[in-house]
Amino acid sequence: MKGVWGRLLEVDLTAGTSRSIEIPEKVYRMFLGGRGLATYLLAREFREKWRFLDPLSPDNPLLLLTGPLTGYYPGVKLSVSGKSPQSNSIIGSVVSSEVAIELKASGFDGLVLKGSCEKPCYVFVENGNVEIRDASSIWGLGGLKLIKQFNSLLKEDVKADPKTPFVYIGPAGENKVRTAAVMAKLAHAAGYGGYGAVMGAKRVKAVAVKGYGSLPPVDDPESLNTLFRSALGNIKERMKRFRQWGTTEGTWHTGYYLSSMPVKNWSEEWHDVKDFSHVGFELETWVKNPWADWGCPVACMKLSIAKWKGEVFITDNPDYEMAAYLGSNLGVFTPKGAVVLSSLADELGLCGIQTGNVMGFAVELYEKGILTRDEVGYELKWGDVECLARLMKDIAYRRGIGEVLAEGTFRAARLLSEKKGVDLTKYAIQVKGIAVGAHGVRSGKDYPQPISYALSVQGGDHTSVAGFPVNSTESEAWYSILDSGVVCMFTVLDDSSLLEYLNKVTGWGLDPGEFYDIGRRIITLQRILLLIGGPDAEWSARDDDNPPRFYEPLPTGPYKGSALKREEVDELKKKYYAEMGWDEKGIPSEETLKRVGLEEFTPMLNMLY
Amino acid sequence: MPIWILRDFSKCSSCKLCEIACSLKHEGVVWPEASRIRIYELIPGLPVISTCVQCDDYPCVSSCPFQALSTGEHGQVLVDENKCTLCGTCVYACPGKIPRIVRGKLGVIICDLCNGEPECVKICGEMGYHALQLVNKPDGEIVKNYLVSPEDASLKLLAKAIGEE
Repeated sequence: MKGVWGRLLEVDLTAGTSRSIEIPEKVYRMFLGGRGLATYLLAREFREKWRFLDPLSPDNPLLLLTGPLTGYYPGVKLSVSGKSPQSNSIIGSVVSSEVAIELKASGFDGLVLKGSCEKPCYVFVENGNVEIRDASSIWGLGGLKLIKQFNSLLKEDVKADPKTPFVYIGPAGENKVRTAAVMAKLAHAAGYGGYGAVMGAKRVKAVAVKGYGSLPPVDDPESLNTLFRSALGNIKERMKRFRQWGTTEGTWHTGYYLSSMPVKNWSEEWHDVKDFSHVGFELETWVKNPWADWGCPVACMKLSIAKWKGEVFITDNPDYEMAAYLGSNLGVFTPKGAVVLSSLADELGLCGIQTGNVMGFAVELYEKGILTRDEVGYELKWGDVECLARLMKDIAYRRGIGEVLAEGTFRAARLLSEKKGVDLTKYAIQVKGIAVGAHGVRSGKDYPQPISYALSVQGGDHTSVAGFPVNSTESEAWYSILDSGVVCMFTVLDDSSLLEYLNKVTGWGLDPGEFYDIGRRIITLQRILLLIGGPDAEWSARDDDNPPRFYEPLPTGPYKGSALKREEVDELKKKYYAEMGWDEKGIPSEETLKRVGLEEFTPMLNMLY
Repeated sequence: MPIWILRDFSKCSSCKLCEIACSLKHEGVVWPEASRIRIYELIPGLPVISTCVQCDDYPCVSSCPFQALSTGEHGQVLVDENKCTLCGTCVYACPGKIPRIVRGKLGVIICDLCNGEPECVKICGEMGYHALQLVNKPDGEIVKNYLVSPEDASLKLLAKAIGEE
């Protein structure tokens, strides 16, 4: 086996034991790693029992996986997955963390956490030896405090090398908030999916990994070296603007030019506040540029600092998604305000997208008089950083109205609709439990297509969008390959160069058809698990749709009046089902399963008819 | 003419490509622990660059009971794997504890300046970060001041970034 070790480290938190699990090469060849491998492992383990698996029970495994490209392709991502407390399916969340590299340097391709601890603990893995240690001294912490204290704890408690990276959860994860993220390095989050809550349910505060060995051997080291250097150069040249501005450029580009940025819970998608642009952030809050992760020639992050009410707030840029979701989507149009809220989300260990979405939902309900001051306890106002910060904390600690909002947009809308006796789903900008990323589809100018979110097996995830052609970089097959490789979408050049890279690492000699089949296979299996769903929400073809708001015309901006057309979406939906080999109900057909080598899962289809 | 790797913490993106390039050059594989240069990112975004400063008095060289260490024409420290017993005397002699004993290596590892053309400097420049640059070696013992403890240096960099008194 080349590029991978063929081994995962499984930790049983309940029993306090660990073991090595062998994974045959054929499985890597079919699913790569990361998201794909997680989907296969979970489908195989649970099969028809999937519907009854509660994502927040100890039975739900948390998988931290790498892939064959980890450590070889420029950049680094760790795949975080399990059964998602948001979608009740699998979300292949990724986070930039050196933990991915250390795992491979330990002789393992990933770590699987099963069961749960009685008391708060942290997991320390050194060269494959697992220790489950007491974490009561860092429980409750987040952000810089957590990082500093955990660094000290690692040094004192297990004599860890100072170069020991870790992923962790903040208070939101501890409180099983469904929008909680698995965090890394202060400002990084595996946000989509709500895996912070899964980790919190296991009472695992942090996972630190150190490996002293080399990465696994590759098939063709010499030409891979050459390829590595040329890829670095090409990526760097292509990403010069990212080096300077990161995705924060989107605050102006996506917001003003493309008119596809969430403004006040998506009631608009356009703004023209020049100060709320990458230039504004650069002038007002960036103290250090560039900031990158392991092996990255892009460096899309910038260290950002704002002082507000006597406190210091640190974060990265914030990147476009954070600036959009914790800025414009909440009516906040100042760099400082966005830095404060972004930093606070980091500290609480919240996914800024999912949380910014549910906060926008709440503020709109308040504005419309559906949520009252009595229910919230204070006034909610667009653009008021103080009340928004308070709301975010209430969500992280499940206080007051936060108890409902901590369930995420889909469930909060369901609960509040029941309570109020009105249908509030039209204010919920989500698809199949996942809040939609900060890229609108109404103007038709940004990258998503009308079915991007509606047909994605990861719902509103803007980093895993469905599209045509189905075997191209416009499709979810492509995104699933990135999340399984595991590679960062900002360092990838194109599909042919990634395939060449993969072949040089693994020696598999895959052709483009086989390459995209990997993606199709992953999506198909994810789709089956998505349709099985459960225990508290299930999805069907009816849910393969956009949020109702996307069918309302844009009220402002250069694309005023634009909206999605119901007939067009329905047409594309039919076409997508057909091209994916799914029947008219969106259920993958037996032939499709056969074609991509998933016959063993055919019995699961019976649950869907 | 002795040369020296000039480090600039503020330009370092903490991408650690120097570590990757170093291990590829010396070991032929990606092996972060076997890199002679190390990036400590104890506080995210505020990395501390750590590598041999080629002390004016080379305490590591004089400390070695087995004469395994010597200096080369560029001012680099050379390790003779055949003589090195991994006893660790040089690690304690070094004011920055820079020499490292890595499982799977027969001798202690110290930056050897890639015989005058350090890969780390090359890749850092190619990537446009320029946190590492090659200069003529400065005179005297001030070079030792760069042997900061990653923990202390991180906190200083943080205080500076935040603008603390």
